[in-house]
Amino acid sequence: MTGDRILVDVIGLGLIAFIVWFFWLVKAKGARAAVTSGGYQEQMVLVKGGYTPDVIVVEAGKPVRLNFIRQESASCSEMVLLPAFNKSARLPEGETVPVEFLPKEPGEYEFACQMGMFRGKLIVE
Amino acid sequence: MPSHAHHSASATTGVGGASAGPRRVELLVDNLKCPTCAQSVEQALGAVPGVTAVTVNRTSGVAFVDHDPTRAGVGALYEALKAAGYRTGSGRIRFRIRGMTCASCVIRIEQSLRATPGVLSAHVSLGSEEALVEYVPATTDLAAVRRAVASAGYEVVETPPPSSPSALDRETEERDREYRTLMRQWWFGAAVGSFTMIMSYPWLFPGLGRLFPRESHRLWYMWAFMGVASLAVLLYSGRHFFTGAWLALRHRSANMHTLIALGTGVAWIYSTIALSFPQMFPSREFADVYYDVTVVVIALVDLGLAMELRAKGRTSEAIKKLIGLQPRTARVVREGRETEIPVEEVLVGDVVVVRPGEKIPVDGAVVEGASAVDESMVTGESIPVEKGVGDEVIGATFNTTGAFRFRAIKVGKDTALANIIRMVQDAQGSKVPIQRIVDVVSGYFTPGVAILAILGFMIWYTFGPEPRLVYALIVAVTTLIIACPCALGMATPMSLTTGVGLGALNGILIRGGDALQAAQKLHSIILDKTGTITHGKPVLTDVVVTGGFDEATVLRLTGSVEKSSEHPLAAAIVEGAGARGLGLPDPTAFTAIPGHGVEAVVEGRQVLLGNLKLMRDRKVELAGLEEQTSRLADEGKTPMYVAIDGKAAGIVAVADTVKPDSAAAIRVLTEMGLEVVMISGDNERTARAIARQVGIERVLAPVLPQDKAFNVQRLQLEGRRVAMVGDGVNDAPALAQADVGFAIGTGTDVAIAASDITLIKGSLRGVVTAIQISRATMRNVYQNLTGAFIYNVLGLPVALGILYPFLGILLSPLLAALAMSFSSVTVIGNANRLKRWRPA
Repeated sequence: MTGDRILVDVIGLGLIAFIVWFFWLVKAKGARAAVTSGGYQEQMVLVKGGYTPDVIVVEAGKPVRLNFIRQESASCSEMVLLPAFNKSARLPEGETVPVEFLPKEPGEYEFACQMGMFRGKLIVE
Repeated sequence: MPSHAHHSASATTGVGGASAGPRRVELLVDNLKCPTCAQSVEQALGAVPGVTAVTVNRTSGVAFVDHDPTRAGVGALYEALKAAGYRTGSGRIRFRIRGMTCASCVIRIEQSLRATPGVLSAHVSLGSEEALVEYVPATTDLAAVRRAVASAGYEVVETPPPSSPSALDRETEERDREYRTLMRQWWFGAAVGSFTMIMSYPWLFPGLGRLFPRESHRLWYMWAFMGVASLAVLLYSGRHFFTGAWLALRHRSANMHTLIALGTGVAWIYSTIALSFPQMFPSREFADVYYDVTVVVIALVDLGLAMELRAKGRTSEAIKKLIGLQPRTARVVREGRETEIPVEEVLVGDVVVVRPGEKIPVDGAVVEGASAVDESMVTGESIPVEKGVGDEVIGATFNTTGAFRFRAIKVGKDTALANIIRMVQDAQGSKVPIQRIVDVVSGYFTPGVAILAILGFMIWYTFGPEPRLVYALIVAVTTLIIACPCALGMATPMSLTTGVGLGALNGILIRGGDALQAAQKLHSIILDKTGTITHGKPVLTDVVVTGGFDEATVLRLTGSVEKSSEHPLAAAIVEGAGARGLGLPDPTAFTAIPGHGVEAVVEGRQVLLGNLKLMRDRKVELAGLEEQTSRLADEGKTPMYVAIDGKAAGIVAVADTVKPDSAAAIRVLTEMGLEVVMISGDNERTARAIARQVGIERVLAPVLPQDKAFNVQRLQLEGRRVAMVGDGVNDAPALAQADVGFAIGTGTDVAIAASDITLIKGSLRGVVTAIQISRATMRNVYQNLTGAFIYNVLGLPVALGILYPFLGILLSPLLAALAMSFSSVTVIGNANRLKRWRPA
């Protein structure tokens, strides 16, 4: 095996290790939804190339309102789904769309766009 | 802009425009039910200084107030009404305002709003950028409110509800814009791409080969120009891949954009390095460039995305049809005149005018006039329904010939149609259970493909043939390009959207993906007898005569007797006699004999109607009628003996009749391999009789209503997946217990039913259609998933060059781009194929 081959393989393995670490091993910290005067746990979620924040922490038993605002035109993100709560919403560009639901059981629930390209997690405590 | 706003005086200040002297204003009062209400409203309003006369129309719920606008504003009138305990028909709207930067803006906007004629109160919040305005619909409208905000120097952000026609227009417009952008990007990429493809291999073309010989300076300059042109394509046509990839990376995720950006970016960077530093490569052969890969891949994927967008638009056609049913305007009576306003502005309590041939804008009850209304779009009932004063009308249904006015009861998002639309939208957004597996896979898919591409590069570079670098590069780029997470991601949602929409258009509301998946693999289906298989309402079925009496006489006399009876079966006889055009004289000396029957005198003749015991007690000779009776009873009917002047005259039989298409639907269900079971609260004899008529073998009867759920469970314990069909109200526990609960609804209450699948039409046909749709949809889902899976499982190894050692085949990145675009278009195309499904 020549030097350039070894170099390419070492760089390749390094890149693979980086991908594994970057996409799968790092856990994102969540944003905690604030409780408003109306008794809702509210959180703004920006939809642009993904959900920001994409991990949202809420308390069980209190109603949650996620205000999605979509600032892109890619058609993939035009809907957001919360399958665990049987909720979905169309997100017209540039508009704030509230999605309300009541998480009863603690656990981790996903929200995602219809194709599953964008994903977010709702942690109910 | 409706004309009435021009002449109206300021409601809050009371300062009139051109008109001086007393003015008449019309106020809507909601709860004017009690008899003394009208009087107390008159008193309350009359006590306001400046009011000269008050007339209250209790039936229409309107107070006409003559007042001096310089002394009493409409606001004062409203206050007086509120103080007297009446709800007024004031409108409330909430809208967003753009351009607010400071707290003083809030005050300015509020002042401007409050100074608007007809505005009762206005509250603006800086935090949410929202205004809440209460206004008098008779004196102002939304346009005036908007103008008030604009006059303060701010802008109202239009936020129509997501189910309104205007929101639909916006969505279509957005999609069109996106489509046009993609097509422009495709054409630019295609133009540069065809040029790049030719000039990358000029030696393949006789004339060009002489002009640009290999390794000539002229070709080098041409390639350098191509490098610049392809950079332009990257930046213009491919910009969204790079921004998308970057945004995804910031969320620690990867998607299709990541793969395309990586693949095309790597090809461009390699080509540019090869061109700029040919000395880095041992032979000239290496210096070939791959700008064509960059450009053509981007162009093809853009085209694929554009086609995808078009196809996706078609997928949601069903919901568009439903939304499109809603009329856009309504003609309401305000201040005594008819005004056309957008349907969004119709308020509860408004009187709406409907002319012949118009659509009914919202749900309500008729207050004046009569007509026949075609409700087929909502209830599926094809025969127009007669409507008179007090009858309910449904929004979006079609008025045929008459004209009428009705009071709006449900508006905006509360109408029956809006509920249906919301239900369908929610269902389309839900997930088929199988999708959860796909979700787990696709979470690992894109980074996994990137890892495969790197591995491919390493293997080809380490063990591959010369020129190793070129092979390794092509393999890595092809792998990145061919993997299509879209096909995988879109497989189920596209089919689900089409399937649920298809259901809605056929009068079937499917609650979600899990209901759809459950409905296609059922073993047994339990049908409730009353109201599901049968009409649920007794009708006159047989008249048997004897002793020289004719049918008309027997029925006329019996009907007359039953006119005075309150028994539910009596109504069926009266109706039956009426339907045959028999006039029913009033009976005299009517007596009910509890548990036996009735007797009365009609036209001087003594009529006796009742059971066998009654006839025996009165010593009526039955002359062979008993046989007929037991035959009728065997058919599930309820026979009653008739005796006239002490002589047996015949039998009238009443029964809950089977719906005309029940038997056919049950036969189809059986043919589909389902075990059909009937459940009924009736005695076994009646239940069996009905079961025989429709061809059901297994009967559960008698079952008390509260035991239905238990019986469903018993079948489930036999290891069967069980569906229950019943009405959504009485059978709710059984519907919930079943694997799939079908509620047979009638018209507007559909959205309330807590079932998995709701049939708007009252026919069992709907169950067949629903199961067929769910089967077709799930078949489509599996086709799509299998297709996407096979595509990726086959495509990736081929791209990695697994065939090369055996067949010498290596996939070109251009073919990979074509295949990738094709795969996602195929998935959507297959989902759209579902739309061609027609009820068998």
